[in-house]
Amino acid sequence: MTLLITVFAAVFATVKWYNRKDDSMRLGILLFLYWGASIMWLVDAIFEYAELGAEYFTPALEDMLNDTFLGLSVVALGLVIWIVRLLILDPKGSVKAALTGKKA
Amino acid sequence: MACFIVTATEAVVVSAVEKLEAKKEVKSVEVGTGVEAVKIPLSRKLKWLRNMLWGGVVLLAFEHVWHGEVTPWFPFLTAMSNAEDAAEMFREMGTVGVSMAALITAVWGGMCVAANAIVKRPASDKSEHETA
Repeated sequence: MTLLITVFAAVFATVKWYNRKDDSMRLGILLFLYWGASIMWLVDAIFEYAELGAEYFTPALEDMLNDTFLGLSVVALGLVIWIVRLLILDPKGSVKAALTGKKA
Repeated sequence: MACFIVTATEAVVVSAVEKLEAKKEVKSVEVGTGVEAVKIPLSRKLKWLRNMLWGGVVLLAFEHVWHGEVTPWFPFLTAMSNAEDAAEMFREMGTVGVSMAALITAVWGGMCVAANAIVKRPASDKSEHETA
């Protein structure tokens, strides 16, 4: 479930990046965060499948809920990393403008 | 258990190589031996790999904290508390961790090949796609 949620986040971030008007939102970092994690969890899933077989696809409800919660938390963490980086880099000068009271 | 440590190690090495390559490229541009403008610099490609590796490492490290496999106190990895778990952890690093690093690097290799092909593609392709 964590892998699935991260893959959806990666695809969504990629679509948003592809349709960007300019690079001021720095969406690129989100792609790499989510795709990197997705690839790593894919390998994890392959090894788990090799160990468990078909049982891998029928997880217990409690495990599924925990994995869903983890997946959503991972997406949230990725978004927090992206937004903090965006505010620090401040490509549009909005933060600086807010701090100095001048228009960006 | 600690499979992300393998990719973290690769990420450190790639970050260092990328910085060195970027410095080398700046020097070659200053001297005037720069490569043609249409080619994607190696430092930029390495940046993709670096971001993908660090991204995966950060999110997987979070997952390990979630599952209680990483702690903020020494020895930081719960598997290091006894020899049996440590052996299992090293086995996992050698199999899952190495496979993760290898797959990310392979995907990055594919990205580089695709990016080179896209950059070399003639500009007329765009209008062909638009009319299709």
